[in-house]
Amino acid sequence: MMVFERRLLLRDRGTGVLEKLWLIPWSFVLLLCAVAAVGYVALYSAGGGAPEPYASRHALRFGFGLVMMLSIAMIDIRLIARLSWLGYLAGVGLLVLVALHGQVGKGAQRWIELGPIQLQPSELMKIMLVLALAHWFHRASWERAGNPLFLLPPILATLIPVGLILKQPNLGTGLITLMIGGAVFWAAGVRWWKFAILIGAAAVIAPIAYEHLHDYQRARINTFLDPESDPLGAGYNIIQSKIALGSGGIWGKGFLQGTQGHLNFLPEKQTDFIFTMLAEEFGLVGAMTTLVLLSLVVFFALAVALRCRHQYGRLVALGLGVNYFMYVFVNIAMVTGSIPVGGVPLPLISHGGSAMLTSMLGFGLLMSVHVHRDAEFGAARE
Amino acid sequence: MSKRDEERRRGVFTRRALLLGAGQLGLFGFLGYRLQKLQLEEGERYATLAEENRVSTRLIAPPRGRILDRDGRVVAANDLNWRVLLTAEQTEDVGATLETFSHLVPLSEAERARIERDIRRRRRFVPVVVREFLSWEEMARIEVNAPDLPGISVDVGTTRHYPYAEHLAHVVGYVAPPADTEEDDDPLLLLPGIRVGRSGIERHHDRLLRGRAGTVQMEVNAVGRVIRELDRREGVRGQDLQVSIDAELQKAVRNRIEEGTSVVVLDARNGEVLAMASQPSFDPNLFSSGISSAQWRVWTRSRATPLINKTTNGLYAPGSTFKMVVGLAALEAKVVTPTERIFCPGHYDLGDSRFHCWQRRGHGNMDLRAALKNSCDVYFYEVARRMGIDRIAAMAKRLGLGVDLELELPGTRAGFVPTREWRTRQGKAWNLGDTVVHGIGQGFYQLTPLSLATMAARLATGRAVQPHLTHAVSGRAVRGVRAEDWPGLGLPERDLRLIREAMWSVVNEEGGTARVARLPAAMGSMAGKTGTTQVRRVSREQRERGFRVESLPREWRPHALFVAFAPYENPQYAISVVVEHGTSGSGAAAPLARDVMVEVMNRLRPVVAAAPAPPQQQAAAPPDPPPPGPPPPDPPPPERERRR
Repeated sequence: MMVFERRLLLRDRGTGVLEKLWLIPWSFVLLLCAVAAVGYVALYSAGGGAPEPYASRHALRFGFGLVMMLSIAMIDIRLIARLSWLGYLAGVGLLVLVALHGQVGKGAQRWIELGPIQLQPSELMKIMLVLALAHWFHRASWERAGNPLFLLPPILATLIPVGLILKQPNLGTGLITLMIGGAVFWAAGVRWWKFAILIGAAAVIAPIAYEHLHDYQRARINTFLDPESDPLGAGYNIIQSKIALGSGGIWGKGFLQGTQGHLNFLPEKQTDFIFTMLAEEFGLVGAMTTLVLLSLVVFFALAVALRCRHQYGRLVALGLGVNYFMYVFVNIAMVTGSIPVGGVPLPLISHGGSAMLTSMLGFGLLMSVHVHRDAEFGAARE
Repeated sequence: MSKRDEERRRGVFTRRALLLGAGQLGLFGFLGYRLQKLQLEEGERYATLAEENRVSTRLIAPPRGRILDRDGRVVAANDLNWRVLLTAEQTEDVGATLETFSHLVPLSEAERARIERDIRRRRRFVPVVVREFLSWEEMARIEVNAPDLPGISVDVGTTRHYPYAEHLAHVVGYVAPPADTEEDDDPLLLLPGIRVGRSGIERHHDRLLRGRAGTVQMEVNAVGRVIRELDRREGVRGQDLQVSIDAELQKAVRNRIEEGTSVVVLDARNGEVLAMASQPSFDPNLFSSGISSAQWRVWTRSRATPLINKTTNGLYAPGSTFKMVVGLAALEAKVVTPTERIFCPGHYDLGDSRFHCWQRRGHGNMDLRAALKNSCDVYFYEVARRMGIDRIAAMAKRLGLGVDLELELPGTRAGFVPTREWRTRQGKAWNLGDTVVHGIGQGFYQLTPLSLATMAARLATGRAVQPHLTHAVSGRAVRGVRAEDWPGLGLPERDLRLIREAMWSVVNEEGGTARVARLPAAMGSMAGKTGTTQVRRVSREQRERGFRVESLPREWRPHALFVAFAPYENPQYAISVVVEHGTSGSGAAAPLARDVMVEVMNRLRPVVAAAPAPPQQQAAAPPDPPPPGPPPPDPPPPERERRR
């Protein structure tokens, strides 16, 4: 009864701010706060048992991100849809800019300075790509979606940023971007066999591509395959991370008691290896709890997608869910030594403004989809 | 877009989204499985690895036990030693650190090679010695530049110091870094700059002196910096050891003797070695600070063999000092009675061989006592012939000659006494002429001065005392300090008394061969026996041309020997003296023995028992005053010549 009335309200143009606030999924906001709190605890430990230098900044960024997220949630999804391609172009523009003027970090051009903020455009690009692809497929009728010519522009729209990211070079983010794009294509109903052809082609190209990879990228893949081969070099990180994780056991060594982390055997413990830090100090119990919280975030996005009554919102929610999922999976798989080390952070938990803010931006968009799940996109244009 | 189209699109999306969700769930499951595997299944293994990362165990060297002499004088001490260590795990580039260091304190190529080898051989957290025995100025230079020298640390270790230097080198020995070949799994040997006993008492009692290593467990971070100490187990310091040597006596003896001389003084009652001097010697302190190869060559190639302890490793024919053995053996074998007289015409004929007595004129009728007093060769030729070599050898062994005396000095030689069987094993026959020659201590014998002193002690006490150097360990006395600890020799006291009397007469009676060795009356009297052993045959022609031993080059002159015990009235000390190329026992060895014995008496203040004076068979000779003029005739080496 109540639900029916809310829907009625929304069908009216000009739904009020109060109504929208009412529609915001506060349980999800609470979930995000819980994840960020886990991050605060981990960063407090990574800072040697002090809020400085990581934890306090983390809290500040999250607070700022929260406000941004809620603000975006208020924006009508149709307005966002209309701006999709503009955002996409801005994203590509930033990638080009970073290629020309970016800050070099770890042998790759990844950052640009925007005032006080360091921005990694590749993070932003993933969201903008999702919006653009969603917009493209939203407009497509079932018949047109089956037309190979119709698929060409979105394929190009995916490959251009992926290429730019790979060029930085950032293999991990490049592949993740490709997969997110693929997920949107998939959800939009592109045929199975078309994916089969693409995957087959990739299998042929992969060995050739390997030849053209940077030495450090090859080294990562090689070290992954046999970490013990270079225990003091590139394999060191993986080995020490596994030792830290494994030595945590079931209940962990206790808050601030992680020897691997606090004695600096664990590299980059405040960024890429923050999950290891948690798992060492809080054990399997802590690691599993964190994993469950993170998976709830991912599955909330899926739920939003399934409930949405318009294709744009569905694809956006699904794409953003996959985006966050990729962060979580790649990062944790990396620290457990399951896939090559790839410099992928764990947003909301690890230290780093760029990933945090772009994630909150994504969650804001997700909420906007949720708030405007029943919005009418005028008459479908043919 | 038609409503139907929209429915269809949504249907496809829902199906595929759920499929995707299932895939994501599966991947989350995979992550969960990985976590479970690492933290649950392999948790213990990784916990061990984390612990290995975190905990670094270091050894603490215990102080080496000191060595003291019988009066508690320190003869081996530990001195402070400022040294520089390099810990490989604390520097990124060992070569660069050493390079910087060598600008402050020059390092030779050899030193660098040694340091780099040590680093390779040891675990990276074990510090390696770069340089020892630094001066204050060098220390200051290093401390000031410490920030530029990662991995370099300075500490104060100990170094072995021997206050008596060369005086006790042969007894105490020296310490040096352990040899690469050492089969010893004591973790202590891995410590930088550790020294182990490599000779003498230092080596024999190395385990006692070494102590046990302590350990410190430290928590270290990834770059090896020590965060805190987790656990400390103090080592056990090495035990202090007291040797039976009187260091001041040893020093006095050594100052009295010349090159090629050995002197052994035993406490006859319990076998304790009171002095053991061999000239020349070496300075063991040079080993502590690392001996140069040039110095080593000088020592090992010198003909005077300073590194060799002649008292335990020098081998000599005993000459006439062996005659007590032959006499005792003859009495036991009953081939002669104490009163039986044998006529000495100055030579002894056996088949077509003639054996001379040192006294060409002959001694006339001699009983055992007189034969010993005059060192009559013919008497002993005859009794040796009567009993054969094997009975002589058996008696020699009972008296400590040619057997392992188990002295605590590594490499001590047992010496050698020939037997008929030994000669047969050599594929040669033992003939009667050999027996005759061995009756006066010449021939195949190879005996150490230590064993001769032991013989003197056994004759004096009638007990099978063995020489030993360990007086006390950590203040507790060891076995064999009391006379009762030693079993009797099983020889009739009557026989022994006769031998002792004869030895007394050698020193104290008119006509004895060692009258020069008489002690001052207040000290009681000494009983002894001279010996002279030729190192080169003197031909008959030389002898007939009026040969004088003094005309020979020094290295061809005979060795001079003397064995004795004192006081005769209550035997406490036994002594043996060997003067290489000293020409004659009575001329070179006996006076030296007297001086040493006076020194012993003065230092050790024996209680002279008011013992009865020995029965004097030849009352004609009052012991005082000493005879004027030259000492009694030297008994030169006897001569065996082949008759045509």
